[in-house]
Parts: sequence; structure tokens; C-alpha cells
Amino acid sequence: MSATSAFAGEPWRLPSRGRVAMLSLIVGESAIFTIFVVAYIYYIGRSTCGPSPQILEVPWFNTICLLSSSVSILLAERAIERGRIRAFASWWGLTMLLGIVFLAGTATEWKRLIWTDGLDIRTNLFGTTFYSLVGLHATHVVVGLLMLSLVMIFTLLGRVEERHAERIQVLSLYWHFVDAVWVVVFTVVYIVGR
Amino acid sequence: MADQTLPIPGALGVGRSRGAALLEWLHTWVITVDHKKLGILYIVYALFFLLVAGSEAMAIRIQLAIPNNHLLSPELYNEFFTMHGTTMVFLVGMTLIFGFGNYLVPLMIGARDMAFPRLNAFSFWMSAFGGLLLYFSFIGGFGLYGMGAAPDVTWWAYAPLTERAFSPGHNTDYWAIALIVMGFGTLGAAINTLATAFSMRCRGMTLLRMPLFVWLMVVASADTLIVITPLTAAQVMLIIDRYLGGHFFDTQAGGSATVWMHFFWIFGHPEVYVLILPAFGIASEVIPVFSRKAIFGYPAMVAASVGIAFVSLSVWAHHMFTIGMTSASNAFFALSTMMVGIPTGIKIFNWVATMWGGKIRFATPMLFCTAFLFQFLCAGLTGIMLAVAPWDWQLHNSYFVVAHFHYTLTGSFVFCFFAAIYYWYPKITGRMLSETLGKWHFWLFFIGFHMTFDTMHFLGILGMPRSIYTYEPDRGWTTLNMIVSVGGLIQAVAVLILVWNIVDSYMHGRSAGNDPWDAWTLEWSTPSPPPPYNFATEPVVRSRRPLWDIKHPEDPDWKYEL
Amino acid sequence: MKVRRISSLSYLPAFCLALACMGAITCFAQGPQATPSILAPASTPAHEIYSLSKFVLVITGAIFVIVAGLLAFVIIRFHERKTDAGHEPAQVYGSTHVELAWTVIPVLIVVVLFLTTARIIFAIQDAPEPPSALDVTVVGHQFWWEFRYPRLGIVTANELHIPVSTTAAPQPAYLELLSADVDHSFWVPQLGGKTDLIPNHPNKMWIDPQSPGLYLGQCAQFCGVEHAKMLLRVYVDTPRLFDAWVKNQQQPAVDNPAVAAGRQVFESEACANCHTIRGTSARGLFGPDLTHLMSRATIASGAADNTPANLRSWIEDPNTFKPGSLMPAMQLSDQQVDELVSYLSTLR
Repeated sequence: MSATSAFAGEPWRLPSRGRVAMLSLIVGESAIFTIFVVAYIYYIGRSTCGPSPQILEVPWFNTICLLSSSVSILLAERAIERGRIRAFASWWGLTMLLGIVFLAGTATEWKRLIWTDGLDIRTNLFGTTFYSLVGLHATHVVVGLLMLSLVMIFTLLGRVEERHAERIQVLSLYWHFVDAVWVVVFTVVYIVGR
Repeated sequence: MADQTLPIPGALGVGRSRGAALLEWLHTWVITVDHKKLGILYIVYALFFLLVAGSEAMAIRIQLAIPNNHLLSPELYNEFFTMHGTTMVFLVGMTLIFGFGNYLVPLMIGARDMAFPRLNAFSFWMSAFGGLLLYFSFIGGFGLYGMGAAPDVTWWAYAPLTERAFSPGHNTDYWAIALIVMGFGTLGAAINTLATAFSMRCRGMTLLRMPLFVWLMVVASADTLIVITPLTAAQVMLIIDRYLGGHFFDTQAGGSATVWMHFFWIFGHPEVYVLILPAFGIASEVIPVFSRKAIFGYPAMVAASVGIAFVSLSVWAHHMFTIGMTSASNAFFALSTMMVGIPTGIKIFNWVATMWGGKIRFATPMLFCTAFLFQFLCAGLTGIMLAVAPWDWQLHNSYFVVAHFHYTLTGSFVFCFFAAIYYWYPKITGRMLSETLGKWHFWLFFIGFHMTFDTMHFLGILGMPRSIYTYEPDRGWTTLNMIVSVGGLIQAVAVLILVWNIVDSYMHGRSAGNDPWDAWTLEWSTPSPPPPYNFATEPVVRSRRPLWDIKHPEDPDWKYEL
Repeated sequence: MKVRRISSLSYLPAFCLALACMGAITCFAQGPQATPSILAPASTPAHEIYSLSKFVLVITGAIFVIVAGLLAFVIIRFHERKTDAGHEPAQVYGSTHVELAWTVIPVLIVVVLFLTTARIIFAIQDAPEPPSALDVTVVGHQFWWEFRYPRLGIVTANELHIPVSTTAAPQPAYLELLSADVDHSFWVPQLGGKTDLIPNHPNKMWIDPQSPGLYLGQCAQFCGVEHAKMLLRVYVDTPRLFDAWVKNQQQPAVDNPAVAAGRQVFESEACANCHTIRGTSARGLFGPDLTHLMSRATIASGAADNTPANLRSWIEDPNTFKPGSLMPAMQLSDQQVDELVSYLSTLR
């Protein structure tokens, strides 16, 4: 049914549904991180016992790795836009590697905190809020890595082509979000909180 | 042309057993990704739990009809009123809005389906299973007192009552985990609605030509994104406290009970706006059609809806006026709460202005919407009273508040969704609901509603707090409680009439045709029920009321719209 | 089709009765009454709230009359008539002027309401404590109230005694509100708005009742199974009565040798683990102070009258009055319970 034919020739542009959906998801995830960050900030200095944030070592190396992975994923996006699948696969793989290094670094840090410094989630308020916030972020990194590995598998099977560039960009949005959240978490936990 | 989404006896192939055919029919419902079927699943699920939560309310009211009654033990009473609230908000409210949203949004914007059909199915089943997990609690454990382990800590579950020390059983865990599961479903539905409305509109349908119901679903979905995750966050924190030894709300270790309150109400207040906004959308569709006029002030209605969503994010601590915030904080939240009444009032005025100069037909949908206008006005005014913080220091946690939010939730939300049922049932099933039964339903429900909830205001004023399983006989509350309970029974009868109407009309109702109400939005251009693909060709629109333009080619909307 | 807006006649009489009751309470009530109505204020905070509420009611009432009146008019004037068949009415899409008008007017109303509200908020919350004020510490427990008078050296439970406060000799009671476990809320409607008792979050409120007598209230924040039975009794005493009460409370427990057996049971059984009786070895803090148990009219925080029979039932099994109460049934023998009741009955 058509109200008028004079209208039919003009272009009708709508935003991409993948982008709208991913941005909506990011809004929702930002809200959940905001709550954990607010809890962290509110409880700074309120632990009644146990280790204080002074025992934290600033994870510079981890942070550089994670933030670099945003750069590498951007380069991967550029590569696939131009149809250069091999370059895409390399940059994508580097992104995953940097993400895994980040997680390994977090794991090492936690191992030290738990076994050497005696801080776990139940020790005091600092422990509870620290592990919850950093853990929530790490969970999102894990989920991101799972999605990235799916794409990697499809790439290695030769199924990823230039026409998938838009979907790759939508997925990268998520990865950029995870990195942006880390900037906030890092600042709150390791700079402000100490 | 009819489609195969609804069973037509005798239409299936010869030689297949009835049982196999039934199984196959059920299977189509389980695996469906069609927004119309998922919408119906949401709505049927919601109606079922409306009856369940309504039964809980009946038990509560019978218990409270006389003082020191022994129908329900305090443990069971506390489970019943917690479940009544939790069920109504999440299993009835959220499912109804996404049920109608799912069904109508693609049809209203001329689309074939939602943006992400499989996400749609995932969202429904997550919500459904979350609700079932919540109800499994009644049988899934002995709890502390052998009455099942249903949540019994009120629907707002204040810490530290919910900490392990004070709630050792699994009641709180069911509450937290079931709602987290449902939250995933809600989030998926909200994301889907936004993606659909922004990315799937038919040609010519600019954002300012979308039907107001779609707009209100968009605003409600955007609000949902921001507020449902804080609830999830708070519940995850609670579970960390209860199972991993965390201290978020452990006041002995420096944790804070008020932090829970802030986090919960940051979710809880905007949540009720998430619920009411789609109800406003329904009113904005029904009132114009039955007044035979375009909605008055469409741009203002859009602006007011967005304004409500924004301002509602700043009012949450009006639930916390009594917790000992500073006078400056109390003053701020009193102001923001009063301010949210302004765009809400604007909407009421616009609806009345729509009816002004019209030719109003009081079919059942319009009866419900008119009563909604009256009741929402009252609810808004009692809301203003509660916004006045010192007055709230008296009224908070009393039956006055219970009356206020039932005026908004039952008197406004439920009335609008009853209107929606009568209005869109013909489109969904191809049959009309009985007008006679509809009018019986309306008048009985209206009378019962006012009997119950008008009286409840007085109980609050006379000092009766909420969340109590019984009350002292010498406080002068006895007669009023009896009136409240009788009103509840009348409402129950009315709802049963609705259920009968829905079932009976499905089999014997008058055939509806495409457009039984002479309406103007795109869904009425399809057959009833619509085929799986909705539109044979993509519609092209030039105004907010495409069917008005077709029916009145000499006087189309696009010449006059603001 | 014609629509008649009728109210249900069946509930009209009962409704009017309720209104009449409320009217009676408002018009004739001075001082304490059985129904704890917020319309019968007996203390300055309650009076201020009541005055503010009348002002707000006038405004909301006016809005109601105007808007509901418009709605009723529209329903009657514009409903479809049989002669209307066929054509649609004039389509009006909106009017910027009208929208502006009904935006600006509500904004003005909000400004007025807010300024009035803010004034009362500050007046009540930030009222400076006069030196003549009586300090009481209220500690909320599941499901009873602990009252401590720090400067008078008194600890009691469930029934609060405060002196009457007159304009000539003002003596407000300033309550510091604490909690030993979960959230509670102190609400005696005739004396003031409620304030919550939140663990790790001390609150303060004040009341200055102007008529002596017994004021009723109860806990107003869900605190668990027996929230409904966490009742409040506030006795506002004349200065003479209050002084007498204080003097009595300051004494250690009555030590009547005739009931020494009961005292022995109390101290040797687990009672002493939870309860204090000053002057004995019982120093428990988990349950109410029983030093002057018989000076109270009720037991179990108002759940039952303080009679020997009820006391007996309560000790044998607290679940009789308050199922889920935190006091366990102590599995005592009949003789032990008899002796205990005899002993406790002497604790005036």
C-alpha cells in the first residue's frame, strides 16, 4: 500500500540495526559498571580491617596491552574494509593475544594478592569491591575474547569476507567499550583509590 | 487470508493422528521466532501470572479482612505479599509491555518482524524461565519454617535483612537469581525494540511519524537499558555477600544498608515509569480512535514522554525520605519528584483535549481508557502529596502509599492493558470480544477497584503501616479493611469474566475483519490475524495516520500535521 | 451508546461511615486516641506536617476539581449521538499556546509547593536541640524496642515514657535511633513523621507531645517475620508522673526473698544469657531489660497484655503470641515456669 508515488524515488536511510543494538547494549553495560564503580568509590577507606589499597601495584603493562588491543582491532577493521583478509586475520590475532596477556596479567596479580597479601573477596570491604569490579571487567574481557575467537575460527575456515566488515565493526565496538571501561576502572582503583 | 499460526480444525492433512498434529502445533510455538507469536506467548504468560498474583492478593485480603486472623501464618503471609509484588511487576508488568510491544511495533512501523527475531525468542524464554524459577521457590525447599522458600523479604528486599545472617534460607536467593535471569530477557527485549524502531521503519515513516505507542515503547526500552542493570548489579552484590562472604551490605564490616536502598530505587523508581509509559502509548492509540480525532499535540506528547523518562531518573530517593538523608537531599528529591508531575500532567491535558470536540464512542476499550484518565489524575495528585517530604514522613510505608501505587499500577497500567486487550484482540485472533461481557468486566472491576483502593487511602491516614500480616483490633482499622477486601473479591470476579470472554470469544466471537474500529495506523491494514510476513509489499507513508489518508483522500493528514 | 457515571450504591453507606469516622477524629480529637491518625497531631512536628498537608490538599483538590470537571464535561458533552453517523469531527492537531499555558501553570504550582515544602523540611529536620531536651536512645531489635536514657541511667524496653512538653516549659524528647540488626522505623503518627533505624547509620528525630496520655504506633519498616507485632507505646507523663517513673526505673530490681526460687531459675537457666535484671547476675543484652517488667502494660512489644497468664504462655512458648520471635521456647518444667512467673511478677 502506498500513500503517494511521488515519495518513492527518494533515498530512505535508516541506521544499521547492528549498530543500534550494540550501542544499546553498551548503554546497559555502562549502567552496571557505573553501579559497581560507585560502590567502589563509596567504600574507599571504609574497611574496618585487613589490607588497604596500598598493596596494589599499578598494572601498567597490562593496561598498555589492553589499550593497544584497541589499536590493533581498529587496524583489523581497516583491513577487512579493504578486503585484505590475511592482514585482517593477523591484526585480529594480535588483538586476541593482547587480550589474553591482559587476562594472564590479571590472574598473576590476583594470585599474588590472595596468596601473598592475604586479600580475597571476603577479607574486607576493599577486597569485596576490588574483586567484584575488576572481576566484572575481566568477565567482559572473557566474553569478548570468546566472540573474537569465534570470528577467528570463521576466518581460518575461510568464511569471512569483505562484506562482513560491518558486522566486524559492530563487534569491535564492544571491544572498544571494554577497553574504555578499563580506563575508568584503572583510574578509580589504581590511581584515585590508592 | 488466514494463516496457520492459529489452529484451524480440520485444515490439517488427512491421515495424521490428532496427537501428532497437536504436538506439531505446540512445537511451532516453542521454536517460533515470529514476533506475533512471541507477543502472544508473552501476553498469555502475563495473563496467567495475573491470575496467580491476583490469587495471592485475594489470600492477603482475606487474611486482613479481620484482625488477628489465622488464614496465613506470618511466614506465609510475608511470602505471599512479596511474591504478589514481585510477580505483578516482573511477570505481569514487564511481560505485558514487551508482549504488546513485540506484537505491535513491527506492524505499526510497516516492518516484517523485529530487528533480531532469534534474540526475541531468547528474551522471551529467559523471562519465562526466570519466572518459573521464581515460582519453583514455593516447592523447591523447606525454607526456614517448612513453608517453601519463596521470597519473603518484600519486593524491594532491603539489606541487611537479606544478608545470610538474617535470611538463612534460600528465599532471598530465589528472588535474586530469578530476577537476574529475567533481567537478561528484559535487556534483550529492550535492545530489540530500539533496534527495530530505529532501523526497520517503512519508507516515509520518520521518527515523528511513528505511532505514539511505538514512541513510548522506544522511550520505555531506553529507560529499561539504564535501569534494569543496576538491579542486576545490586543482586549480584547481594549474592556475593551471601555466598562468597562479601561485605557490600554487611553493616558489621563497614558495609551500608543505605547503599542497597540507593541502588534498588535507582532501578525501582524508573522501573515504574518503564511500566506506565507503554500504558500511556496504549491510551494514545485508543483515545483518538474512539474520539474520532487525531491526538492533540503529538510533538508535545513525544517531548513529554522523553521528559518523563529523563526526570524519572532523578527522583529515586523519594522512597527514602525517612532514612535520615540531609535536609538538602530531601528538598532536592522533593523538587525533582514534583517536577516529574509536570510532563505527566501535560499528557493528561493532551488526552482530554483529544476528546474535546470529538464524537466519543464508549466501547469497552474507551471505557477503560476514560477510567484510566480519571484514576491517573488521582494517582498523580496523591503522588504530589507523597512528594511533599514532610507529609511523606507520615505516609511512607503506610497503606496510603499502597493505595497510591495501586492507583498507578492497577488503576492506570492494568486499565490501559485491559483496553489494549479489547482493542487488539480482534487483530490478533480475527474475532471480536463480547461487548456485553466487556461492559460487565469494566463496571465490576471499576467498582471493585474504587471500593478497595479509595478506602485504602484512609487506612494509611489512620496510621496503618504496610507489610503487616495482621493488625490490632482496637485501632479502628477493622471496618475499612473489610471494605477493602470485599472490593478485592469484586475485582477478582471481574477478571474471571475477562478470562471467560477471551476464551469464549476465540471460539464463538464475531468475525472481526481487518479494521473493526475504523482506525488509522498500519496494523489495521493487514488481515486479522496478519499473515506471518505482515505486509505483502512494504508500506509507504506520508503522515502519522496512513489509513486516515487513504480513507480521506480529499483531506489527508500530511496537509495539516504539526 | 449511553454511559451513566454512577458510583456503586452498595458501598456508599460504608464509605460515608468511614468519612464520618475520620471527620470525627479530626474535629473532636485532642490528645491521644486509640486510632493513631495523622489527622490528630499532638506534637509540633506532627502539627507542622498536618498544616502543610492541608495546604497541599487545597492545591491538589483544586487541580482535581478542574481536571476531573473537564473530563466529566467532555464525556457528557462530546459523546457520540445517534444522529452523528457518517462524518468525522473537525481534526485539531494541537496548539502551541495551549501547550505553553498548561506547562507554565504547573511549573508555577510546583514552585509554590516546593518552597512551602522546603521550609517545613528545614524547620523539622534542622531544629536545634534545646538544652532542656530529654535524650533517649532508641535501639531497634527484631522484634522489640530498646530505650536507653543515657543521662538518667535507665534502660527499658517497648514502652517509652517521656514528659509532656508545654509552651511554658518546653521539654522535647530527642531520640537517637540505632539498630542492632536490620532496618526498622519508629512511627507514632500523632507525635511526628517516622524515621528509620538503620544499622551503622544513626538517625535523630524529636517529638514534643503537648497532651499527656498513651500514644500508639508500630514499626513501619519491614524487619522480618514478626514485623507486624513490633508495636510502640509512648506514655506522655505529667512532670510529676515522669519523675516518679524515672525514680522507680533507676532502682535495681525488687529482691523479694519469697520468690527466691524463681530468681534462681532465672539466673541459672539460659534467661540470663539474653536478659538483664539489674541487681542480679543476669546481664544479657540480646533481649529486653526486665528489671521493671511489671511497670509495663504489655509484653512482647505490645503483642500481649502483661498478665501472669500471658507471661506464663510466653515463657513456655513465645510462638503463642509471636511465631518466629527470636526468643526460643526454653523447655522448662511446669514448676520452673511457675516459679519464674512468680518472680517476674514482683519486678515492679
